[in-house]
Amino acid sequence: MYKKDEKKILLEVVDLKQHFPIETGFIFKKQVGAVRAVDGISFTVNSGETLGIVGESGCGKSTTVRSIAQLYKPTSGSVVFDGLDLVNAPKNEMLKARKNIQMIFQDPYASLDPRMTVRTIIGEPLDIYMRRGLLDEPMDKEMIEKRVEDLMERVGLNRAFKNRYPHEFSGGQRQRIGIARALALNPKIILADEPVSALDVSIQSQILNLLSDLQKDLGLTYVFIAHDLAVIEYISTRVAVMYLGKIVELSKSSELYHNPLHPYTKALLSAAPIPDPVIERKRQRIILTGDVPSPNKEHKGCYFYERCPMRMEKCATNIPPMHAMGNDHAVACWLYE
Amino acid sequence: MTLFKKNSFYDFAYKRFKKNKLAVIGAAVTLLFVVMAIFAPLIAPYEPSEFFFVEGQNVYNKYAPPSDGHLLGTDSLGRDVFSRLIYGARVTMMVALLAVSISTVIGTFIGLITGYFGKLVDAIFMRIVDIVISFPVLFLLISISTIMKPSIWIVIFAIGFVSWTSTARLVRGEVLRVKQLDYIVAANACGSSSLKIILKHILPNILAPIMVQITIGTAQAILMEASLSFLGVGVQQPTPSWGNMLMDAQKLLVLRDMPWIWIPPGIVNLLLVLAIYFVGDGLRDAFDPKQ
Repeated sequence: MYKKDEKKILLEVVDLKQHFPIETGFIFKKQVGAVRAVDGISFTVNSGETLGIVGESGCGKSTTVRSIAQLYKPTSGSVVFDGLDLVNAPKNEMLKARKNIQMIFQDPYASLDPRMTVRTIIGEPLDIYMRRGLLDEPMDKEMIEKRVEDLMERVGLNRAFKNRYPHEFSGGQRQRIGIARALALNPKIILADEPVSALDVSIQSQILNLLSDLQKDLGLTYVFIAHDLAVIEYISTRVAVMYLGKIVELSKSSELYHNPLHPYTKALLSAAPIPDPVIERKRQRIILTGDVPSPNKEHKGCYFYERCPMRMEKCATNIPPMHAMGNDHAVACWLYE
Repeated sequence: MTLFKKNSFYDFAYKRFKKNKLAVIGAAVTLLFVVMAIFAPLIAPYEPSEFFFVEGQNVYNKYAPPSDGHLLGTDSLGRDVFSRLIYGARVTMMVALLAVSISTVIGTFIGLITGYFGKLVDAIFMRIVDIVISFPVLFLLISISTIMKPSIWIVIFAIGFVSWTSTARLVRGEVLRVKQLDYIVAANACGSSSLKIILKHILPNILAPIMVQITIGTAQAILMEASLSFLGVGVQQPTPSWGNMLMDAQKLLVLRDMPWIWIPPGIVNLLLVLAIYFVGDGLRDAFDPKQ
């Protein structure tokens, strides 16, 4: 069993920016702007906890985890995992670190190669690292076979299905295959990019329970993305709220849900229906006006300025830093200066 | 029948293909022509370049109408049309298959690297594709055949080098589609090399459209060979091909009065091309049941 190591920082993200260039031109491209998908975010993830990231579509949640996994080369900032700066790490070091950073994807239909059998899919990471000679303990073909079977049982799949193809499984089962693949290399951290958003509600809870069981048994750390507030509340230790490529509020899960500070968080929470009709009828919704501004724009002030019901003069010209509010609660808003 | 692994993609496609009558007939006809080409010496009654003389005279037996001795008559040089037709299948198919192999290898390779790596590689190669597409094939071939001694290999390479562009474009598009799917991101996330991603994840997933392209490319190559040979810059006499057998039809007299010389090669050409197109359509439907 895993011994809980209090407050050991496993992952530290400092001022991470991920801009995608907008180019025009014929053969010789000229950069005319950038999509600021992630625009300077900082947070830490402690060993053994789950950091939930919540926010609306297009706010940069997925880009954040993909940048952490170095699937995109970050524009600037650093990602320190277990003492290693991944952004500037040499290729070989990065490969070793990858073993400990695995991902689960949103769409269980697109995340599994349709031409491969379950055995090949789950065994692929093992296979790659075996060939490169980077496994902790060398494995041969039979050991990999055995490990694949164990993993299948661990995530609740019948090992007899290992020669089947992904299309022979349901959405929930496919997501289990994806989880087994992520577990294959015994990672320390799993970056889960909306792992339950595409599933039925009943299946969602099964997968969430599987994920928390795995966390307890294997001492995993999660960065968990979702746009469903109830899911985030259930699984997260701490929650980061993102808006337009920025973290606007970061706090313990219970704290955030009972005491939201940022106007955006308040609006977001007020939008979630309450499963009690009496309270639900009294629910006051904060309706935000306007649309999310284009992420191509460079902001001088608060990113939420255009839509904020509490905006002040200062907000238009000054980007609010994260204000620590005590009790592990931080918010990027001039109201709490 | 266990041709493919049970429940695999190809197993399903095979089952769907079998249900498509037109495609199965097309496959059967194509197979028939292939068998005919392979066993040409056993089927053909004469050598393809054997000259026949009018009995008792030292004169070529030209333009003889069909008879017991010559099932489809003789051509302008007194050669047996039926034998030439059967041997012609060999040449025509060899040209088509080799040309398609060349164009598929080049096209797939260029499509894969341009689609996967994008950016400058993509820009450069796609402009090359534009140049090749706008190149006048006929002019190229006529120039080559005036400079060099025309040979079957020149025809093969010429067809191969001008027809890889459509494969390249198709493969590039498919790579762009597959590349952004999550399973490629997943492979990246567990440390796969680019080569491994291209060969193990992308190529198997775009093989189906490539196979359709191969069949259609073969049919087009047969037609191209026929038109080049008809114009005299393709396969050269005395080697028989369906295209150069049609050359005789350039003479008005033959065209009007001697249908046995040009109708049979015309018909087999049409039949084979049509059959291959049916197979191609059948493959497309079998691989992509959603449509």
